[in-house]
Amino acid sequence: MDALDLARWQFGVTTVYHFLFVPLTIGLGVFVAGLQTAWLRRTRRGEDGEHLLRLTKFFGKLFLINFAMGVVTGIVQEFQFGMNWSQYSIFVGDVFGAPLAMEALLAFFLESTFLGLWIFGWERLPRAVHLACLWAAVIGSNLSAYFILAANAWMKHPVGYEVVGGRARMTDLWAVLTNSTALAQVPHVVAGAFVVAGGFVIAVSGYRILREGSYGEAGMWRTSLRGALVMTAIAGIVVAGTGDQSARLLREQQPMKLAAAEGLRHDTAGASFSIVPGVEVPSLLSLLAAHDPQAVVQGTDDIERRYTAAFGPADYTPNLPVVFWSFRVMIVFGMATVGLSFLGLWLTRRRAGPPRWFSRLCVLALPLPSAAIVAGWLLSEIGRQPWTVQGELMTAASVSPGVSLTEVAATLAGFTLLYGVLALAEGVLLVRHIKAGPEPVPVEPVPSGEARLTPTLMY
Amino acid sequence: MTLTTFWFIMIAFLWTGYFVLEGFDFGVGALMPLLSRSDADRRQVLTTIGPVWDGNEVWLITAVGAMFAAFPVWYAHMLSGFYLPLFLVIVGLIVRGVGLEWRGKVTSRRELALCDAGIVAGSVLPAFLWGAVFGHMVYGTALATAAGGALSLTMAMLHGAVFVALRTTGPVRARARRAALFVSAAAVPLAAVALPSLPGSSALTVPDWSASPFLWASALAAMAALASGVALVWRRREGWAFTATAAAIVLTTATLFGRLWPAPMPGVTVTAAASAPYTLTVLTWLGVLALPGVIAYQAWTYWVFRRRVSARSE
Ligand code: HDD
Ligand code: HEM
Ligand code: HEM
Repeated sequence: MDALDLARWQFGVTTVYHFLFVPLTIGLGVFVAGLQTAWLRRTRRGEDGEHLLRLTKFFGKLFLINFAMGVVTGIVQEFQFGMNWSQYSIFVGDVFGAPLAMEALLAFFLESTFLGLWIFGWERLPRAVHLACLWAAVIGSNLSAYFILAANAWMKHPVGYEVVGGRARMTDLWAVLTNSTALAQVPHVVAGAFVVAGGFVIAVSGYRILREGSYGEAGMWRTSLRGALVMTAIAGIVVAGTGDQSARLLREQQPMKLAAAEGLRHDTAGASFSIVPGVEVPSLLSLLAAHDPQAVVQGTDDIERRYTAAFGPADYTPNLPVVFWSFRVMIVFGMATVGLSFLGLWLTRRRAGPPRWFSRLCVLALPLPSAAIVAGWLLSEIGRQPWTVQGELMTAASVSPGVSLTEVAATLAGFTLLYGVLALAEGVLLVRHIKAGPEPVPVEPVPSGEARLTPTLMY
Repeated sequence: MTLTTFWFIMIAFLWTGYFVLEGFDFGVGALMPLLSRSDADRRQVLTTIGPVWDGNEVWLITAVGAMFAAFPVWYAHMLSGFYLPLFLVIVGLIVRGVGLEWRGKVTSRRELALCDAGIVAGSVLPAFLWGAVFGHMVYGTALATAAGGALSLTMAMLHGAVFVALRTTGPVRARARRAALFVSAAAVPLAAVALPSLPGSSALTVPDWSASPFLWASALAAMAALASGVALVWRRREGWAFTATAAAIVLTTATLFGRLWPAPMPGVTVTAAASAPYTLTVLTWLGVLALPGVIAYQAWTYWVFRRRVSARSE
């Protein structure tokens, strides 16, 4: 163990953790905004939309509990580049910093400011303005995904730069922002986030239906369940399409990752796809990766040889079993959730409650897509090893030279401990609020004059 | 002015925004138990920053992100150099963030107390550490580190107390005023020692009269602003007092960054640390187009929540 290993563990642990909360923020925010929009439109037409308001506040609260964790763990990410990866930061800063600064200026300000307005603004702002605040915040979340992913895509497929004096220099911002890798990755990750958030709402609704024995008052759980099923199904189609696109880009840009994901050792024409080791579908890999059943797909051993010739001797092969199995977990767990959503759309088409077994099954929609999305990142980041920036900078050369093993070990232990406790607390809070269910909508008169002490959703 | 100079000023501007805005958040968090006699009081105090604290924190995220983009070498040296203090800053911001956001979602006394502990610790720790980090960046001595930390913590507490006095009614407001006067008994002497050494000297409390007159002017103006802030609190002119404490923080930060120019850290000059002109140009457009909008909608937030928060027990 040296400081490098621990720094890698630290990056992996803190980033995966950050990314447990982020997808829910991205997707659930849009869902809650959709509910509030539906409520507003209904009351505007003079119809009764109380159940929509209750759903808005119920899921809004779960959204906020989760949001807090996303925000505080995000700060770690930004600091970590400089703290543990100073050589990397110096190398990439000129290119990589720009999207990060854009994320902060264009996305995070929008998100945090307007969310504050939304949380505390229920009685202070006109209804339409109040709703617009939530939309502004969720647009901010989704924008932030674009910028950070453009930065991440640049590490996989660097474009629009030149290397001068040992530092990358941006020559073309537009090329960085429209990197082919980013254009495939952004919709893939954002749609993946909607699958996670959709799965969360499906699971919560399924649980409430089981508990209440019906769709509940005014059929509210049918509303949320069907909304989430539609969201998950559509997002699922996008995820599959853009995942296919990503795989094809891998063949050109990161052949090692593709070969590792497939356990393919030698360059092969008409390569078969191994579902699990030993079970092979002939030519499928070539078909998937190049849309041509006869195309050549490179294998790890042959790439290793070529890289050694090009970049000098080193170990260019990532951890094969991890990459191989993450790929499968991502697809199977993720697509199982999407399958569940199509099944659910059929089973809930009538107003009578769904079969009990289906409501039980719904609960699985919480863990499955989260596992899928984490597995996808393991594939993506571990599959990139030993490069931090593909073909330009190795992970071993990225780490901070002045930071000692003890320091990294201490902070890694600190983060792990703190994150463990917080995960527990967040879990308890979410479960408690899901069990308690939506609160009745208060009918008290709106106070005027001085500010109310308690906002409706917080404090 | 070269792009590098311009971006140094922009970084200083973003840090200034952060210290002024999150400065009072930190102060409010740190003083919350002292200003309250009941849970209703605590909620009243925290509601003054509830809608805005997260937006204020993004000033930090932007300042650090902009340093990464405009001065990668400075960013890398600063963050890896102050490794453990920054780790503690982050831990503070984490427990404070979840404390603030979860406080309204828990009911039992024990959980409320935990959230409050997170808020207090998470406010005191970063407020102290930022001053310590920058104090160390300037002088590199233990005394300067401690003095910098103490100064930033007490100035934040004063600023926060004035903010609570400005934004509340009833007993909390009266307590906040007393707290402000009390804290100023520590902040003013600290400022009188630390600020004169900021324009230029190799050690704390040894003023260098040959340093730039601009830096001397801003250091002296910072002290004047702080003193008038205290006088205005005494005279119960809370709005003006808040303006004065904000000005004191602005001027102190300006002096600090003036002092850091042109070599913010040993071996790191602004010129060598900067990104290439293309990136700086891109960032300039970004800043020019986006920052006015950000400032406008954040100002609007303060306008929406401009009414004083009262302690009505429901
Ligand atoms: C619910 C989540 C989810 C689901 C159902 C899928 N993925 Fe995925 N996938 C992700 C969530 C994800 C991710 C976590 O969001 C990743 C990590 C990095 C990235 O770009 O997205 C990812 C990465 C990722 C990569 C690596 C990209 C790179 O490193 O450049 C490939 C090739 C695929 N996916 C392909 C697929 C295919 C062919 C799928 C199904 C048909 C699929 N994914 C379903
Ligand atoms: C949010 C989703 C992400 C997850 C879950 C994730 C996961 C990981 C993991 C597990 C590692 C450790 C790999 C290893 O060394 O064995 C890693 C490394 C790394 N990732 Fe990511 N990552 C994510 C996004 C990003 C993004 C968006 C960036 C850049 C903007 C990034 C940059 C890095 C860097 C710099 C390292 C450390 C150096 C290295 O080991 O390559 N990651 N990440
Ligand atoms: C490893 C690189 C990453 C860095 C440096 C980073 C940085 C941050 C920071 C500083 C915050 C806090 C913002 C606030 O206070 O409002 C944050 C939150 C957020 N991040 Fe990340 N992040 C990373 C990975 C990702 C990825 C890969 C995504 C999206 C695909 C993402 C999406 C978000 C979103 C939507 C939020 C706001 C909502 C929430 O906090 O839950 N982040 N991130």
